[in-house]
Amino acid sequence: MAEHLGLSEAISRYVQDGDTVALEGFTHLIPFAAGHEIIRQGKRDLTVSRLTPDLIYDQLIGAGCVRKLLFSWGGNPGVGSLYRFRDAVENGWPAPIELEEHSHAGLTNRYVAGASGMPFTVMRGYLGNSLGEIAPHVRFLECPFTGEPVAAVRALNPDTGILHAQRADRAGNVQVWGISGVLREVVMASRRVVVTVEEVVDVLERRPGDFVIPSMAITAVCESPEGARPSYVQDYYERDNTWYRKWPEVSRDREAFLAWQDEYVMGA
Amino acid sequence: MADRTPAWTAAEIMSVVASRLLRDGMSCFVGIGIPSTVANLARNTHAPNLFLIYEAGALGAKPYRLPLSIGDGELAETADSVVSVPEIFNYWLQGGHIDVGYLSAAQIDRFGNLNTTVIGPDYHQPKVRLPGAGGAPEIAAHCREVTVIMRHARRAFVPRVDFVTSVGLGPAPETRSRLGFRGAGPINVITDLGILRPDPQDDELTLVAVHPGVDVRDVQDQTQWPLRVASPLEVTDAPTSEELAVLRDLISRS
Repeated sequence: MAEHLGLSEAISRYVQDGDTVALEGFTHLIPFAAGHEIIRQGKRDLTVSRLTPDLIYDQLIGAGCVRKLLFSWGGNPGVGSLYRFRDAVENGWPAPIELEEHSHAGLTNRYVAGASGMPFTVMRGYLGNSLGEIAPHVRFLECPFTGEPVAAVRALNPDTGILHAQRADRAGNVQVWGISGVLREVVMASRRVVVTVEEVVDVLERRPGDFVIPSMAITAVCESPEGARPSYVQDYYERDNTWYRKWPEVSRDREAFLAWQDEYVMGA
Repeated sequence: MADRTPAWTAAEIMSVVASRLLRDGMSCFVGIGIPSTVANLARNTHAPNLFLIYEAGALGAKPYRLPLSIGDGELAETADSVVSVPEIFNYWLQGGHIDVGYLSAAQIDRFGNLNTTVIGPDYHQPKVRLPGAGGAPEIAAHCREVTVIMRHARRAFVPRVDFVTSVGLGPAPETRSRLGFRGAGPINVITDLGILRPDPQDDELTLVAVHPGVDVRDVQDQTQWPLRVASPLEVTDAPTSEELAVLRDLISRS
């Protein structure tokens, strides 16, 4: 059963230095408030996993929380580069980071295997490309039934999965709608699951296209209004595209980034 | 000829020419940027029933404005259905349900292999770190056909890509069928100078058309391999005023 906790208590309990954590949410429902709490608590040596590192991991990397990054598309969508990510990869600032690079399907299937309790799952997309050669958790097999070549990708079971959702009830059942990305896979693959929500309500009124994650699959629920800004929460607030467009200006330069972080993350 | 300045930009000619390849009713896997512009231009002109799929999970999206990001709220709100990312990649794409996909890249080679990962020979010491693969390898592998849209520049049209993010047509014949890829791969490459298609004999990308006012030698100069030219070489139809008006309206409202 999920326990209702304050965000700082949940991060302090469930994210330890050296852990593997997945803060997911595909454009929609990115758990920025939880990411900022990780920065404030000065967590270190994290292995972090996300299909699209987005601004949230650019910030974690720039803050020096990350030792290793698992990802599949490292840009600022429609805008350009993630400069803190590039500075870490190209110049080792503030610390070198190790990369494990996938395609979206490859990293997704690592979560799928983890959620299924299997050591690996199979797919085709790594056949014939260079990613299949460099990715450490990809191997090639022959289908035992048809003899076709397939790529095997190893299961990923994060220590802690961290997600954002629209709302939860008092018992800790969580309701989500809109673009869900790999949310269900991360819930089921992770050893511990922390979900921040826009609001806690007495009764979850069902909506078309929604789904409810039962409380028993969740470790902690934290009420965190606007906890996904500047990403968006369907039917609560829109994506702050102006801020996404402004991020290069804030993040291209190390000093400007640190000044932003001091004021808006550490000072919050 | 008094004025040789074309009445359209590089992005406009690429978008218009690519949109004409789409047929009404096709299912179309759409990425952000020019692909999304192309698909929505077609949907607002000759192909109103185009079925747009965005990788964040929106099936049958009908955006009024062009989205900035692949998962913008407008995509989900206008979609026939919203599914998870594993469903998109494992069922819709790998399952073989998509007619056409669009890709772009920092580098393309003579067999249509695409690089969106790193520039430079050493993956671990890249000259330039690019965003990476995203959905591209699956789009390249599994769509029934792929259209590549990119600016025609010498640094981008290389004999061999530094890193194969997405498999094109080669390097050897039968590569795709040996890998079990059911799609035909990149059968159209639309640039701001013209159109390249694979030679039926050996799959090498060949110039089959130039846009109005473009000199073949300029295209060859902007290609690092000795670019073959089809005979006869076609000239694409200039963008119509209607196409340009719809396109500019789409951009201005976004």
